[in-house]
Amino acid sequence: MNTVALEVKNVVKTFSVDGSKINAVDDVSFKVNSGEFVALVGPSGSGKTTMLSILAVLLTPTSGQVLIDGQDLAKMSEKQRVVLRREKIGFTFQSNNLIPYLTAKENVEFMLRLNGKANRAGRVRSQELLARLGLNDRLHNLPAQMSGGQQQRVAIARALIHNPTVVLADEPTASLDTERAFQVVETFANLIHENNRAGIMVTHDLRMCKYVDRVLQMRDGKLVQIYETKEEVMALARGGDH
Amino acid sequence: MGLSIYLALKEIWRNRGRFFLVALVIALITLLVLFIAALGEGLGTNNRQYVSNLDAQLIVFLDKSDFIIPSSRLDQSALKAVRRVDGVADAGPISTSSTAILLDNGKVLKVSMLGVEAGRPGLPPVIEGRTYQTQLAKETVIDRNVALRSDIKVGDEITIRSTQGTKDEFFTLKVVGLTEGQAYTFQPTIFVPPSTWERVRPKSEAEANKTVPDINVIAVKLEDPSQTEAMKSKIEANVSNVQVADIETTISNIPGYSAQQGTVQTQGAFTLLIGVLVIGGFFQIQILQKVPQIGVLKAIGSSNAVVGLAAVIQIMVVTAIGVGIGGLLTYVFSLFFPPTIPLVFNGNASALAIAALLFIGPAGGLVSVIYAVRIEPLKALRLS
Ligand SMILES: Nc1ncnc2c1ncn2[C@@H]1O[C@H](COP(=O)(O)OP(=O)(O)OP(=O)(O)O)[C@@H](O)[C@H]1O
Ligand SMILES: [Mg+2]
Repeated sequence: MNTVALEVKNVVKTFSVDGSKINAVDDVSFKVNSGEFVALVGPSGSGKTTMLSILAVLLTPTSGQVLIDGQDLAKMSEKQRVVLRREKIGFTFQSNNLIPYLTAKENVEFMLRLNGKANRAGRVRSQELLARLGLNDRLHNLPAQMSGGQQQRVAIARALIHNPTVVLADEPTASLDTERAFQVVETFANLIHENNRAGIMVTHDLRMCKYVDRVLQMRDGKLVQIYETKEEVMALARGGDH
Repeated sequence: MGLSIYLALKEIWRNRGRFFLVALVIALITLLVLFIAALGEGLGTNNRQYVSNLDAQLIVFLDKSDFIIPSSRLDQSALKAVRRVDGVADAGPISTSSTAILLDNGKVLKVSMLGVEAGRPGLPPVIEGRTYQTQLAKETVIDRNVALRSDIKVGDEITIRSTQGTKDEFFTLKVVGLTEGQAYTFQPTIFVPPSTWERVRPKSEAEANKTVPDINVIAVKLEDPSQTEAMKSKIEANVSNVQVADIETTISNIPGYSAQQGTVQTQGAFTLLIGVLVIGGFFQIQILQKVPQIGVLKAIGSSNAVVGLAAVIQIMVVTAIGVGIGGLLTYVFSLFFPPTIPLVFNGNASALAIAALLFIGPAGGLVSVIYAVRIEPLKALRLS
């Protein structure tokens, strides 16, 4: 239960824009255990998406080390990274999540196809997962026929269906109304806890922290504060109310 | 591979309206290309058919005639000399001219009139009736093309009109036989014996009293058909004042033949080029619209191979559907074309055109495939 799924050590990501350098992520270190759901918060431009992209193996850090399941990303070939991405990582993006010509169910099953596991059991599980996210009557809709929130939920199902080690979600509640947002994050948290995944969710909305185990706060690329205990986390979540 | 096919087909199916339109454009291009190929084949056939069907391997021309049949003039002694050359199985004279048949309805039918000896290379096999009997017989063997354009049958008498000197002369010939596939210089053909030919052909005042027929060229059948090169030199060495060509050279020197084929081929090539640009343009625009979704595919772990292959398969499927529809359309249209229009759907030419068409899809889409492979997942997602 307490194995380390994800470890980040002194990670720096520098972007050069017009000759000047910006440290989008600046010397960040943390660990996430399997079965743990963590929120990543901070103001716009603080480096959350950059951090998540590094964890999703979409972006190589300028320096520092990232270990997923004990494997050092820096020591992998590009091919191995592609395999790691489809086997061990689930990802929902800030927008443009789904493949537009696949239905909700096909989008989720595609993750299984990628991993060569699109069997009967897998298809049943996709359907159950979508049902749990409240999409039972949207299985055969194309993304264009669904609301933004429904699309986000399909993306969450897709990020979980293949039992990845790490689940990364960038603003999964951005296009949901408050009630729906609470519901979705709660289900998300439950699925992560039940299946013993390591989950990281980026959010602007501190109220969503009510369902997470820990909160990492970033500012100007730096990890400025970690809310560890249940009390600290709940206080932060309540504070977000006003 | 399976994954690429899945993606390619799903996308086509879910956007079938749009892809169908592109397939239709490809179908129209196919129709055009196939018709141009058929026209080239048809025009070419009408021009060279008689020569390419000759039961001969070599054609003897007057020296310095540049292998142009109408500008070559040989005499009977050349014919005898050619027949004496060792290795020549048989040789037949060919004399060409144009004349007109008067039809019952008052119209005239322009024909090529060839003077050739019966039973020698030069007279094609008779498929109905018989061949003419003597060098002087007022008899003729006609090509089926003549029969198709009139209601002349074997056994009929026909009247031809030739201008000799300043007068129109009329001659009656009895149709004794029928051949097939013998068009020469775009006209249906009738065959007459050499002496008859000399008498009835159009000629100038100066030639009016000639009786010994002039020969344009001599068709030579070899004992060993594979020895064309050696026999060419041998005939040129043994017969004075001649030059010898194989059938292919003779055809390409039929007046206008090469220029016409060149024109048709250029048209075909340009149509294919337009096809490449249309397909290339469509898939390029499409791929630009698809940058974010290709980014997602890659970000969730699809390899470049899967994404690239899916793009290739998609282009090939759409091209194949388009070419299929186009081929079908062409076939249906071809059923409604009258036999007098020079369209010939030759298996080889059509197959070549179809192969070229199937190739232009991937060729046109290549840039877009390369583009798809190069899309970086992160950049693609940031675009949003
Ligand atoms: N590819 C890039 N090139 C240059 N600068 C970049 C690039 N990507 C991000 N940045 C910069 O890095 C910083 C962090 O960006 P990031 O997208 O990670 O912020 P964020 O915390 O996700 O913000 P938001 O809450 O608005 O999504 C920003 O200043 C941004 O302008
Ligand atoms: Mg962001």
